[in-house]
Amino acid sequence: MNGDLLIRRNAEPAPLADVPLVPMTAFQSAILDAVRDDCRVVSYFAREVRDAIELVSVVADDATSELGFVRTRLSDSRFEALTPQCPQVHLFEREIAEQYGIEPVGHPWLKPVRFQRPLRAGRDFFPEPVPGVTDFFRVEGDEVHEVAVGPVHAGVIEPGHFRFQCHGEHVFHLEIALGYQHRGIERALIGGPTAKTIHYMETVAGDTTIGHALAYAQAVEALTATKVPARAHVLRGIALELERLANHTGDLGALSGDVAYLPTASYCGRTRGDYLNLTAELCGSRFGRGFVRPGGVQFDLAADRIETLAERTQDATRDTVAAVALLWTTPTVMERFENTGTVEADACEEIGMVGVAARACGRSIDVRHDFPFGIYRFVHIPVMTAHHGDVNSRAFVRWLELQRSASFVAAQLHTMPTTPIRADVSASLVPGSIVASLTEGWRGEICHVAITDPHGRFARYKITDPSFHNWFGVALALRNGQISDFPLCNKSFNLSYCGHDL
Amino acid sequence: MLKALLTRARQGHRTMRYPAAAPPPLPAHFRGAPRIDPARCPDGCQVCIDACPTEAISLAGDTIALDLGRCIFCPECESACPEGAITFTDDYRLATRTRADLRLQAGEERKLADALDAKLRSLFGRSLKLRVVSAGDCNGCASDVNVLSTIGWDLGRFGIQYVASPRHADGIVILGPIPENMRLAVRKTYDAIPDPKLVIAIGACAISGGIYAGHPEQHNGAETMLPVDLFIPGCPPHPLTILDGFLRLLGRIEDRVVRAT
Repeated sequence: MNGDLLIRRNAEPAPLADVPLVPMTAFQSAILDAVRDDCRVVSYFAREVRDAIELVSVVADDATSELGFVRTRLSDSRFEALTPQCPQVHLFEREIAEQYGIEPVGHPWLKPVRFQRPLRAGRDFFPEPVPGVTDFFRVEGDEVHEVAVGPVHAGVIEPGHFRFQCHGEHVFHLEIALGYQHRGIERALIGGPTAKTIHYMETVAGDTTIGHALAYAQAVEALTATKVPARAHVLRGIALELERLANHTGDLGALSGDVAYLPTASYCGRTRGDYLNLTAELCGSRFGRGFVRPGGVQFDLAADRIETLAERTQDATRDTVAAVALLWTTPTVMERFENTGTVEADACEEIGMVGVAARACGRSIDVRHDFPFGIYRFVHIPVMTAHHGDVNSRAFVRWLELQRSASFVAAQLHTMPTTPIRADVSASLVPGSIVASLTEGWRGEICHVAITDPHGRFARYKITDPSFHNWFGVALALRNGQISDFPLCNKSFNLSYCGHDL
Repeated sequence: MLKALLTRARQGHRTMRYPAAAPPPLPAHFRGAPRIDPARCPDGCQVCIDACPTEAISLAGDTIALDLGRCIFCPECESACPEGAITFTDDYRLATRTRADLRLQAGEERKLADALDAKLRSLFGRSLKLRVVSAGDCNGCASDVNVLSTIGWDLGRFGIQYVASPRHADGIVILGPIPENMRLAVRKTYDAIPDPKLVIAIGACAISGGIYAGHPEQHNGAETMLPVDLFIPGCPPHPLTILDGFLRLLGRIEDRVVRAT
């Protein structure tokens, strides 16, 4: 990696002063060099330092498990945008403009991300934002028309606005405007941790409670030099994989429903619930609320319940596998899945997609493998990829992954270490530090970056849900497709609205 | 085709018999209605109040009061209390018709939701169409509202159905604290539903703002904008709690009062 980067591992803290503070040109070339060497930008954000604005970036090298940190200070309320040379930062730079009122000059499509008020009071780059009211790319011409969908959608799903440029059924372009779910999480995290912090983390994206709570717990453990007991690592791993099992199963059922193949839709709708109930057996909540806490986990698994849990996991997986297997031999399903919503591998890399959607384009990236954390440092789950970047590939990656997750859960249940489940965590965080904590949620890479102030409180806490990277992928998947395929394409990504909107 | 039929045979019939039979078993650490035992509270102890992330617990004279509308049913108070004075029971029945009925004092009886009046029951009792609006909901409530439509629960057998258009709906279900960015969409959806119409608030966020209460980016739930007819607390409520609420509203479940402590 470039000499201007401070290198750390996943969830390894560093004094903030050790992160090179370099001029803007060196900051940008450090990022560009890293991206040229196949690194990805996992976090890139602004923060206020007295009267100045500091930009912080974290790049990740999947091949060497290294995270590179670099920062710069702005003397002006503008800087030259990096996006034209590095498309994967396009949304990060829009976010920087919206949150801190500074302009990335030359950004090709500078508009609000969440229609939020700035984190830096009085510095509105987009004054009086009204959700959905902004420029949209328009195609003009005979019989070209625009279709607007949302924010309220037909199903029981979160809100977002989708703007299609169409010619009949044919989609030239889709633009997605989000922000309807904005609840002000990042603003509320500053000055923490407080009694509320863990609960914000559990509801950043409520279907990814374990993924986000774990990323937060790792960050706090790093900043308090806490050693997590082995049994807690195993229990966290089981919970994270159960979360993946529930969501992958639900998604495969919903994809099946979207192409009107009801058997798989019905069975998976039920077995998804079986996995949620297994999570509830761990902690009382179907979504894993209350389970992960800094230092370990809050509930132990009694020895006499392990066998029942293992059996129930096996039963649910047997039924899920049988239900999903029907998809691959049903011509009407294959006809709809294959070659629908294709994202090219080059585009996937260029826009920095992560998780299931990236692996479906052939990118072999998975935080569990590339930046191993917790139990994944000792037990390895193979990275599953597919190669067409279409709905079928995204479905197939889920199918492969859920079988690996089920084997992992079964194996771990039977090899539980007999340590305590939670270590004491110091009440104060190391002051003046930075840490990047990554986990692989069921959608993909979750990245939390915490910076502490001189009193050991959060000066800034940046959350990047995988959805933040991947929403643009949905837009690309629709290009030159049929508008009637939109629900299917959207479900094949199944991104989080609240995880994006924060 | 043969495989599909074989799989169908193996998967079997899965719709539960509830409410005609016992409800499905609840998980080991399930956190339903909390129970307060003030006799165990040492003088001047405020441990649970300090541990609560949503200010759901408060002092009421020499005992404590609990607001189920704010409660996110996290285990923090229970694990903080050294005396076991506050515990979560496995009572999943939580729905009420008024916000006040969610505010509990130790020793008081809990008043569960009454059915709609005769006129509304004649309109909605056998066919209730609901437009669900996620407004800042984290996809927890949405998931467990949605799950009632799956074969295990089969909400349709009660004549209850989620519909796509507010024009087809008899009521609106609000999930989430209602972010400022969703205020207009919620208002328009509500206005588009023909009268008479019901409003159901599901989850701590939709009832009180939940963990987000007080954030300037949101509106502390449905009641600040709409007249709420049914409150179903939880974070998120278990599907059984939601179904119980719906069925009480339609007068299909009768027991209305349970002991709070």
